[in-house]
Amino acid sequence: MVDFVQNCFDGVMLGSSYALLAIGFTLIFGVMRRLNLSYGPSIMLGAFVGTLVFLEFRAGGLAIAAATVAGAVLVGIYVERLCFWAIRQGAAAASMVSSFAIWMQLEEVVTIVFPDRTYPFPPLTEAEPMDFGPFFFKVENLIMFTCAVALTIGLNLLLYRTRFGLRLRAVAENPDAARYMGINIAAVTFLAFTCASAIGGVAGYLIVAQDGQITPLFGLWATFKGLIAMMLGGMGSIPGAILGGLLLGVVEAQSIWYLGTEFRDLCAYALLFLFLVFRPGGMFGHALAERERLALRRV
Amino acid sequence: MDDHLVGVLSNIGMISFIALSAYLLLIVGEISFGQQAFFAISAYASGIATAMWGWDFWPGLVWGAAVAAAAAVLVGIPTLRIHGLYFSIATLAFAEMVRLVFEVFRYQVEIDGEMVGPDGSDGFRDIRYIFENDITAVEYMLMIYSLLAAALCAFFLLERSRLGSIFRMIGQDPVLAQMQGIDVTAYKILALGIAGLVAGIGGGLYAHLTTFVEPKIFNVMLGVHSLAYGLIGGLGTAFGPLIGVAIDIGFLESIRAISGYRMIAFGGLVAVLLIFRPRGLLDEAAVNWIRLRLRRRHA
Repeated sequence: MVDFVQNCFDGVMLGSSYALLAIGFTLIFGVMRRLNLSYGPSIMLGAFVGTLVFLEFRAGGLAIAAATVAGAVLVGIYVERLCFWAIRQGAAAASMVSSFAIWMQLEEVVTIVFPDRTYPFPPLTEAEPMDFGPFFFKVENLIMFTCAVALTIGLNLLLYRTRFGLRLRAVAENPDAARYMGINIAAVTFLAFTCASAIGGVAGYLIVAQDGQITPLFGLWATFKGLIAMMLGGMGSIPGAILGGLLLGVVEAQSIWYLGTEFRDLCAYALLFLFLVFRPGGMFGHALAERERLALRRV
Repeated sequence: MDDHLVGVLSNIGMISFIALSAYLLLIVGEISFGQQAFFAISAYASGIATAMWGWDFWPGLVWGAAVAAAAAVLVGIPTLRIHGLYFSIATLAFAEMVRLVFEVFRYQVEIDGEMVGPDGSDGFRDIRYIFENDITAVEYMLMIYSLLAAALCAFFLLERSRLGSIFRMIGQDPVLAQMQGIDVTAYKILALGIAGLVAGIGGGLYAHLTTFVEPKIFNVMLGVHSLAYGLIGGLGTAFGPLIGVAIDIGFLESIRAISGYRMIAFGGLVAVLLIFRPRGLLDEAAVNWIRLRLRRRHA
């Protein structure tokens, strides 16, 4: 029983990194109704910029974090222009495939510029794990969890308390009506995309700092974990992204403990598959009729 | 013919099968990131049949393709009720599940004092039917191409048949097709089954050419490539995906000066084509134009 509970705690901690990734994912989907599969690779490229700053200038944590976020945002802008802005409205599938194609490009750029594959990344803290009775926690994980919660609150304030948030929600709700109201859709989606990339940069920095190293495989990992967490929670829903991330983390932690590490990803994909078949809207998704309507409009 | 050329041509032929299978699904309006799963299932199934059960090559190939088609239909029944992005992600999840299952799949028998069979992540060695029966590389290449020619003929017959029109109609407008009394889901499952069969033929050929398969070959990138081939070459005719394969493997991968930057060029090509020619080089309009020209010349 203690094991099970400790696994749950571990899972929540692991899941907070997934939740961080899913927030950015879901923000893009919520506004554009399109999937950005290059999300992970763009974060990965940002993290490589961070590691470059670390290796060349021996910079401190804040400078590395800033470089990571800046890199992720720049690559995000490239992806947005090429795969989302340039592709006509309504072609959600084309954007998805195009962002996958750009993913291959980004990954190869990294392997050419950084040929050693694995690079060091400075850790977040040197603190020891903390004990609470029979359970223990890592400090980095607590920081990550706090960041995930803080980002959610901040994003909610942005969406529901500012004019920009109002415009964003208008575009997400009905792009045509938003255009008639004089909202510049391209500008709003661009800003939302940049926001999501910045959130991705923060998430990437925290995760990579916790791992202590960065490899080109991080892009694939980040996209898939963020995608699964988002789909479990419901595409476009921010609380859903958090809960989906935590659920994914707990399921992975339990499967590592009871089945072994080689079953970790298998269980994650099986969970995603079951959700897609039985509850495609996820935990916080649209009602069935709404989803059908959206699907038909975008075929 | 020199060995390198034969190798490249055989590769193009085999990959064309998986490209054709992704193309068929694009015709019915669904994007699958998971065709590599059926390729993998058949590679393992036909390899097991010839290397472990002592079957001949042709029954082994048919068996592998049949298993792949059956798997495709079984996956199609739950997943094709959901569509668009959800279907794409479901196929992605399924394909990754298949790959991860092969990572832990062990089934070996002793043949001539050696253990033969799939060994988890170490892969499946010694599928040596081609070498034991003295089939040369050129002969095998001709076998691949005669099968490919047969598959292309079948595709052209399909395009001219009522079934082909139904597939295109579903791809154009599923709601309209439904109103014509067409059972859209059933036809999509049929399309997925045929696509699984076609991918399966490619997988069986692949396993016997390389004599060695390992799970990590069948990753998402294979699936995305096969999808991209149809989108580059065009969705108007079954030649489209073959043109895509020829551009990628024949041109980008085989010419040394370019091959180091293959993904950058290929990814960029896909992204740019999706902007300017969303249905590929040989799209329906181009095919109709060519047909008209040909007809006029004959008249």
